[in-house]
Amino acid sequence: MNAWEVLVQQTINGLTRGAVFALIALGYTMVYGIIELINFAHGDVFMLGLFISLSWFTLLGVTKTLTGWQLLTILPLVFILTMLTTAALNVAIDRVAYRPLRRSTRLAPLITAIGVSFMLENLALLWKGPAPIAYPDVFPSVDILREWFGVDSAIFVTTKDVLVVGATIPLMIALNYFVTRTRWGKAMRATAQDRETAQAMGINVERTILLTFFVGGALAGAAGLIQGIYYNIGMWWMGYQAGLRAFTAAVLGGIGNMPGAALGGLFIGFLSAWSDQYISARWTNAIVFSILILVLVFRPQGLLGARSADKV
Amino acid sequence: MLELADVHTYYGNIRALRGVSLTVAQGEIVTLIGSNGAGKTTTLKTILGTTRPRRGTVTFSGQRLDTLATDRIVRLGIAQSPEGRRIFARMTVLENLELGAFARKDRAAIGSDLERVFALFPRLAQRSTQQGGTLSGGEQQMLAIGRALMARPTLLLLDEPSMGLAPILVETIFRIIQDINRQGTTILLVEQNARMALGVAHRGYVMQTGRIVLQAAAAELLRSDLVRKTYLGEK
Ligand SMILES: Nc1ncnc2c1ncn2[C@@H]1O[C@H](COP(=O)(O)OP(=O)(O)OP(=O)(O)O)[C@@H](O)[C@H]1O
Ligand SMILES: [Mg+2]
Repeated sequence: MNAWEVLVQQTINGLTRGAVFALIALGYTMVYGIIELINFAHGDVFMLGLFISLSWFTLLGVTKTLTGWQLLTILPLVFILTMLTTAALNVAIDRVAYRPLRRSTRLAPLITAIGVSFMLENLALLWKGPAPIAYPDVFPSVDILREWFGVDSAIFVTTKDVLVVGATIPLMIALNYFVTRTRWGKAMRATAQDRETAQAMGINVERTILLTFFVGGALAGAAGLIQGIYYNIGMWWMGYQAGLRAFTAAVLGGIGNMPGAALGGLFIGFLSAWSDQYISARWTNAIVFSILILVLVFRPQGLLGARSADKV
Repeated sequence: MLELADVHTYYGNIRALRGVSLTVAQGEIVTLIGSNGAGKTTTLKTILGTTRPRRGTVTFSGQRLDTLATDRIVRLGIAQSPEGRRIFARMTVLENLELGAFARKDRAAIGSDLERVFALFPRLAQRSTQQGGTLSGGEQQMLAIGRALMARPTLLLLDEPSMGLAPILVETIFRIIQDINRQGTTILLVEQNARMALGVAHRGYVMQTGRIVLQAAAAELLRSDLVRKTYLGEK
């Protein structure tokens, strides 16, 4: 592999990672936008999403690689089931842990979120045990350049890369449609901009909060499923790192800013892939957190501008 | 239609309303005047449930409002053009108007109400795809009123609708307020511009430091010494 091939390969790698970060980052930013809470448990919902999707595959009797019509039916079905499960989980977390604190200080739900994060991690630890869990190779992995185009290249682009992009883009489009075109999407944006006035429009604010957790949880579930299919492994502690990186992505894009979170996710994806390659995987977390700190210190409104920079 | 009985509202320890009682009958324009900090905005907030009374009751068409959630109160047919306009800055003019109609069940009639609002404020029609935050102050005021009208309320609460408008527009706004009222909407109007407000209102209340100090027919208030000295600036 020459230097160019390495760069291209790592960039493709970064794109797929970035797609996952972007999906998680959206959940952070949406929840922050609406209740100004940094939901530290969100990364763990992503982690549980991976395990939950695995359970759905198992329940549906899928143990080996899907092909043909099974791929076209079962995979979308598991996407939907997983997203619904994590959406419900996220809503339940809000109801049980955050909603009772709605009128308290900002610090109380923040600390609660950290507690919920520990609880979810320990739940996964109890459920799956401490060792990494193998995720079956349910999606056919084809080396596209070599097998479809007959190009002998050192660069690998597989059908899994295509899946990541092919699943993320429709989700982003659907999300964008929801928030810009639908009645409840508009209610959500209105609530994020001015809660009291949104109420005066007859919007049930608690219902928009519920919806926000629902959508954020669904996206985290999709990210977990994608992660499992792509890397074929899941760990109880993986939500912590993914969560912090996605949170950095959300801050980078301007917390509360949805396109910002998506772009921030991609950026962190590229950055972490390049850092793993050119510096050292051991340094990647340090680099990501340095960025987080630098942004918070010098440009707390994010690179694209946040909706309420003063409150980060 | 609307009745406040001995309403006391606090912000922490600050007593903003100290026993306010007032009524608005169906079909009326009632104005609430008073100087800065008298408690006019607080009265409207208490009606809409964005602040809650510590004592006293608010009833609307026989229903208690002071224990009802704001979105439910709005669904009963009360809409507000709030103080400071409170436009959704990062949403378009059209989206702001649509949100005004959020709670309505008769979705089919929303289109014709949009036409009506655009007919009242042609400026809003020209700017319909512009972000709310980029409108001028006066345009935002029109949008705030238009947004409240989109709810097709039976009771409309207006908090200083003439604020920040050029004199000619103030005339227009008050004419529009009268038109809306003639079309069947009951109006509770909070105003600094006492002369204009009393010009269109049927009845009025004068508020000072959280209390109603005077109430009478609008024409009578215009003749009263208190109003003439304090709010019309006459000798
Ligand atoms: N959010 C708040 N927190 C604390 N005090 C408040 C709050 N809002 C209003 N007040 C106080 O309550 C009193 C009544 O305020 P209110 O806004 O109702 O007056 P107003 O009659 O609408 O005045 P203006 O004509 O200036 O709009 C004032 O003394 C004000 O300082
Ligand atoms: Mg006021």
